Amino acid sequence: MSTVVGATHPYIASLLNGCESGHDQLSWLGERRAAALERANALAVPTTRDEEWRFTDITPLTRVPFQPAVAVPHPGADDVAKFIIPEAGVRLTFVDGMFAPELSANAGLPYGVVVTSLAAGLATHGSVIERHLARHARFEQDVFAALNTARLRDGALVWVAKNQQCPTPVQLLFLSTQKAVAAYPRCLVVAEAGAELTLVEEYASLVDNAYFTDAVTEVAIGDGAQVRHVRLQREARDAFHIATCAVALAKDANYASHAITLGARISRHDLSVRQGGEGAEARLDGLTLIGGRQLADTHTLLDHGRPNGRSRQLHKCIVGGAAHAVFSGKIAVAPGAQLTDSAQESRNLLLSNKAHVDTKPQLEIFADDVKCAHGATVGQLEAEHLFYLQSRGLSEQRARNLLTYAFGAEVIDGIPVPSLVEQLEETVLAETQSAE
Amino acid sequence: MTRADAKVLLEVKGLHANVAGVEILKGIDLVVRAGEVHAIMGPNGSGKSTFAKALAGHPAYEVTAGTATFEGRNIFDMAAEERARAGLFLGFQYPLEIPGVSNAAFLRLAYNTVQGARGKDELDPLEFDDYVREKMKLLEMDASFLDRSVNDGFSGGEKKRNEILQMALLEPRLAILDETDSGLDIDALRVVSGGVNRLLTRDNAVVLVTHYQRLLNYIVPDYVHVMEGGRIIKTGGRELAVELEARGYDWLKGKVAA
Repeated sequence: MSTVVGATHPYIASLLNGCESGHDQLSWLGERRAAALERANALAVPTTRDEEWRFTDITPLTRVPFQPAVAVPHPGADDVAKFIIPEAGVRLTFVDGMFAPELSANAGLPYGVVVTSLAAGLATHGSVIERHLARHARFEQDVFAALNTARLRDGALVWVAKNQQCPTPVQLLFLSTQKAVAAYPRCLVVAEAGAELTLVEEYASLVDNAYFTDAVTEVAIGDGAQVRHVRLQREARDAFHIATCAVALAKDANYASHAITLGARISRHDLSVRQGGEGAEARLDGLTLIGGRQLADTHTLLDHGRPNGRSRQLHKCIVGGAAHAVFSGKIAVAPGAQLTDSAQESRNLLLSNKAHVDTKPQLEIFADDVKCAHGATVGQLEAEHLFYLQSRGLSEQRARNLLTYAFGAEVIDGIPVPSLVEQLEETVLAETQSAE
Repeated sequence: MTRADAKVLLEVKGLHANVAGVEILKGIDLVVRAGEVHAIMGPNGSGKSTFAKALAGHPAYEVTAGTATFEGRNIFDMAAEERARAGLFLGFQYPLEIPGVSNAAFLRLAYNTVQGARGKDELDPLEFDDYVREKMKLLEMDASFLDRSVNDGFSGGEKKRNEILQMALLEPRLAILDETDSGLDIDALRVVSGGVNRLLTRDNAVVLVTHYQRLLNYIVPDYVHVMEGGRIIKTGGRELAVELEARGYDWLKGKVAA
């Protein structure tokens, strides 16, 4: 019963070309993929007339007929070495969306921590996967999440059992190597009650060309569990990257996100954090550093569904050249989610006259005893700061670079992986010095 | 310590300067020789901070007339960083905070930039660490100040110590210290002025910009200039500062320096 369904939207149809919904041995997985395929067929590519996409024109994406990735010789270990995080005891590498076991590493995980491909995990942890996969990242109204789910074949599974701690960070590395292909990375991360995990999810490229990454990550955090999630997007400058990350927090769960956006011609990151239990806490830090003609859009949703939730959000954009950054941050407080304490800050630095930023806080509050603070600033480097550094002998350009670096450092320094902090500081410094 | 044969470091003639189109400095003359300590005093709004910033090259201060030479070079032809590299130092009244940049990295960058421009050796992080710790003893600063962001969360006194630490590292020929005494308690004032005194040699000079005579008990000036309305209206020795302390500035108003 392999079928190719004629989509209403021709571009989606081309991406779904060859997508089959019949080979699953597990009926629940087949059903979810079929439902996603149906939605992908029904939904159109969003345009700037859609409220959630009004600042982000993805027409350039639809001009490229991306093909599904095919199996090609994988890069060598030397090519991958520069992406390896020394602190991470375990690493899964995916090449063009497909699991590459020979580029992965497992330095011996303790009992109760599983890091494996989804396909392998189905055999051993099927019930965990069934409970969470495609349950948190909603695809009913999101064509790219629907596409990813319809195309779902493999991905990463990270599972930490109740009250277990994963002793070292887990790295999930998604590398692109082929031109004009579409890849559909998928991650499922489950921290059971009382578990602790630090996760590094990274998207990078070994080639400089146009490809399309359509990624979906789901993170489920149980009662009192803690997940620190570093997300690093450094795709090729001509690539397209559209990603959904859905996080579900149970009672007293704790989630910290550090999302760094550096790459891609056009990128979109949708991060939704839903608090389904009392007393959950979320910290969302974001840094976008772009230049040239890049467009980077971050949409976040903090959904306080239960009382006593706490959230802190700091999103920073450094925009140079003729680049365009978008930040839309929604804070929703449900009726009855009393004593919610939420603060959001959007701070933006424009490095050139042609740089552009759209920042849009949205508050939807349906409870009366809550604290919700938000603020947004857009500015340039201040003359007083520049003068201070110049009066110490630094050239104006050097002073600008140092202050730009400092602006980003506030977010980078919060990343709980020291080697990554160092690496990113160097990247930001190099990026800001390229004009020197 | 004044010597008639000492080398002229700074010579300002007829300096006029505007801020946002408003004339603040209305004709300033000043000569500073090596080995001298000058104090520029005056009430708020008299133009003393403007004078300091105009000399250091602040972009908001537009020089409309007059000249200023520093060791024979016209400083108005030089960018702020060139003046700093040439040996002109401004200690800020309100040092700026730079969260995200460690004080150690900032100090080393400034030090190496100035050293490089002067054709001297730069120091790597380890060498610099030894060097800066030695200088910090001069100001009774704890080594933890190196790890913190530049001036971020520093108290008023800590910021001023950090300014004098920068002076100690950059070894200027002429240091202009703008209200370095403001916000200092008596202990901090003693430490900061002790640091400045130990940096003074017969080859360099200091201009203290201050509202109060108090600082001059610790750093003894050779000359005291009183500013009013954008001009120096009176110049005298140390005793002038004492007289100002006793009588205030009002008795000088309307007088013009001979």
